[in-house]
Amino acid sequence: MELHLILIFMICAALVAVEMPDLISSVIALSSVGLGLCLAFLLLKAPNLAVTQLVVEILLVIVLIRATINRDLPLVKDGRWLFNTISTFLFIICFLAFAYFGLKELPVFGQPLMRVSSDYIANSYKDTGVANLVTAITMNFRSLDALAEMAVLFTAIIGVLAITRKAGRVNEK
Amino acid sequence: MKNNTSGMTLIVKTITRLTVGLILIYGIYIILGSNMKTGGAFAGGIIVALSFIHLMLAFGKDAVIKKIDENKGLIFASIAALVFLFLAAMGSRLIPFAEVALAIVVGTGIFVVFLALIALIGERSK
Repeated sequence: MELHLILIFMICAALVAVEMPDLISSVIALSSVGLGLCLAFLLLKAPNLAVTQLVVEILLVIVLIRATINRDLPLVKDGRWLFNTISTFLFIICFLAFAYFGLKELPVFGQPLMRVSSDYIANSYKDTGVANLVTAITMNFRSLDALAEMAVLFTAIIGVLAITRKAGRVNEK
Repeated sequence: MKNNTSGMTLIVKTITRLTVGLILIYGIYIILGSNMKTGGAFAGGIIVALSFIHLMLAFGKDAVIKKIDENKGLIFASIAALVFLFLAAMGSRLIPFAEVALAIVVGTGIFVVFLALIALIGERSK
């Protein structure tokens, strides 16, 4: 029940964020979507994810406010609204159809399949010596995943620095 | 950290001086405690980066760039990434060290990207 209330709140806040003409109000509405997501993670008993989500949301709000304040972005309000509306509805219908077939295959909410995870829960402390189950799984059982994740993050950082570096922008003039 | 003209007002600067150390210590606590209780390398690294961003928003860019600039942060992140790769090759039982290495990569990386974005915006607005 609380989860449904939070989901409805998130949808309303996302609609406000899309429709608001003022950029700062839009950013604040978007951050309330993230807060709702954090509360949903807490309700579903995933505190690790909730902490990470909250922290990333704070960083996102700071970056967005610092990047969008005092700047007018070119917004296209008119023209092509017929094409936009039709394509949006087509994508929504497509998404809902695939979600209908996909959700039928999933296990029921609240009754997960415990094929691999029961083994993790039983043996993780003995195998890894780490009390936090999430850390044990992400850094030991799925450490290759963590390694690839770090590689992706590092490549993204290098890419941003390569695009925004000063020498490249001086040579353009 | 003198009260020069760059950055925000005196009230913000005073409160920042009180809170920034607490945020930094909380981030380190999240990183080091992540194998015992709730937390993680990713969240802790971003909290450490947020403390530096907090300092930078309050005191202006120059106060922070004296401590860590883009090249230094990139070298730091690269060394931590290599340490993480080495620990991954070593095998298990070294999870806390791997967490610290991952947190350093995340924290310095996010901070360096923020510095680059701020520099880009500052140059555009001129």
